[in-house]
Amino acid sequence: MTKLAALLGFGAILLALPHALSFSQQEILVFLTINVLVVASYRLLTLTGEWSLGHVVIMGVGAYASALLSKRLGIYVPAAMLLGAGTAAMVALALSFPLFRMKGFYFLIGSFAAGEIIRLLWKRFREPFGGPKGIKKIDPMPDFDIGVYVFDFFEPISYYYFALAVVGVSLWVMWRIERSPVGLTFHAVHWQDRLAEASGVNVRAYRTLAFVLASGFAGLSGALLAHYIGTINPNSFDVEQMVFVLTWTIVGGTATFYGPILGCVVLTVLNEIVLREAGFEQMRPLIYGLIMILSVLFMPKGLESLVRGALSRRNANRKMTGETEATE
Amino acid sequence: MIELLAQTGLNALYAASYTALVAVGLVLIFGVMGVINFAHGELFMLGAYAIVAVYADWNLPYLVAVAVGMTFVGIVGLGMERAFFRPLRDNPLGGLVASIGFLMILQALVSMGFGVRMEHVPPVTQDVIVITEKVRLPVFRLAVILAAVVLLASLWAFLKKTRFGWALRASAQDPEAAALQGISINQTARIAMFIGAALAGVAGALTAPLISVNPHMGHSVIVTAFIVIIVGGIGSLEGAVIVAVAYAFVHTFVTTFFDGVIADIVGLLLLLAVLIVKPTGLFGSADRA
Repeated sequence: MTKLAALLGFGAILLALPHALSFSQQEILVFLTINVLVVASYRLLTLTGEWSLGHVVIMGVGAYASALLSKRLGIYVPAAMLLGAGTAAMVALALSFPLFRMKGFYFLIGSFAAGEIIRLLWKRFREPFGGPKGIKKIDPMPDFDIGVYVFDFFEPISYYYFALAVVGVSLWVMWRIERSPVGLTFHAVHWQDRLAEASGVNVRAYRTLAFVLASGFAGLSGALLAHYIGTINPNSFDVEQMVFVLTWTIVGGTATFYGPILGCVVLTVLNEIVLREAGFEQMRPLIYGLIMILSVLFMPKGLESLVRGALSRRNANRKMTGETEATE
Repeated sequence: MIELLAQTGLNALYAASYTALVAVGLVLIFGVMGVINFAHGELFMLGAYAIVAVYADWNLPYLVAVAVGMTFVGIVGLGMERAFFRPLRDNPLGGLVASIGFLMILQALVSMGFGVRMEHVPPVTQDVIVITEKVRLPVFRLAVILAAVVLLASLWAFLKKTRFGWALRASAQDPEAAALQGISINQTARIAMFIGAALAGVAGALTAPLISVNPHMGHSVIVTAFIVIIVGGIGSLEGAVIVAVAYAFVHTFVTTFFDGVIADIVGLLLLLAVLIVKPTGLFGSADRA
């Protein structure tokens, strides 16, 4: 019961949050919401133990597909977004054949190479990808009315509610996947791949499944991004963006569902409130680089380990006080 | 046609020379420390900026600038070893991630110090050797090729003939056995990191007058170096040199007859093909993988 109340309270805070923010902060909130989906999908991929350097490019596949489908074929934007997510999943499925012949470090380099190839194709082929300048004037979300609220997508606040709904549902689906037998098998593939294989688990199929699902959600986040900012190009999805995703995930930690999300939220808030307000915006890559090195060196289990430590201490305290009461 | 082929061949030879320097440094670092230095392209970039500062801005002789660049980048390499590669020795992914972080720091520092705009380095010499009417070899390019050959030959002599070189190869083959023989792993890691970084730095310094120097130039360099070391077999110095030459020829010819982006795609496809068919690379041995 308390859990439900906490969840409702949290939802209310998320709904009320944009009203306390300035216009530019609302825009950042939209990006943050989309990035939460990116890191959460990245964690789904890392569940089977593989770290990809191509995730942001896959996100770009969703963005390009959705933008082109709506712009060229006039497909209704929400449908184009879902098709974009599907395209990203399909591209990931195609890539999985070469990539999952590799493991660990080789997979890392292989995914980097595959991502670079896709990015170079966008750059090289002006038709239909728009070349280095990318795609401009992507159709915005059409406004609609759900009775209690009118979505006017010129307002970031409307897009925030829309993105929040999409991301919320996606997170719920990913959460359910992880809790299902399939998700448990992902963990088994990561920590005990020989044993899992000996028990009749098709390790490669599960690796592929995690990769395809994660890529689908990444594609969806890319589509959300494309129809919000209205213009995308090959550099929107370059290594630097990948480094940000990697930093958020590593700083947050990947042992828990909330770890990467925590990393993304904390670092974004830190970046926007501390760095931008203090006028250090130019130093963002520098500070991100430092945070990355320091967290690998001194906090290899991520921010989530601090949360878990605090929780287990609280539980331990409770137990202790409970015991003393009992003895009295 | 023959003349075009000859000219492209000369261009490829020049590209091969600095690619080999970068790739060999990367392989050396991987061999001894077991970690991929993602910031290697940025070490190349630092070497080029050493030329911008020492040669173009302070007007010191070019060779002095190259020496300064090489030493400076080598020292940066020592700093990297001490700061994160050594503490993360048991955590190769951590080392890789830390080097990605360091890459961003270097880019940001150079952007703040020099600005993000392209730097122009005045040419060292304009002399050109005219072989035929259409086949020309600028003297400076010839000098870069010769310098690379000399550097790689001295590295080879160092590795095969000196005690330090033996120690380095021993700890690359089997760190534990090497440590049992009294070889200091920290010492060999320092030497490997210094040499590897200095080679990237000198490659950047040598090519700076011929390319556009900017804070993000390391990206294409590291992509090329990855292709070369993986196709060559990670950990194989000879493989890196041979593949650097072969790849430079493929890339230069495809660039000449198609275009640069297609050449990059061809290179990355080669990388993927090797990863699929023989992940240990063409010259690598299975146990190093």
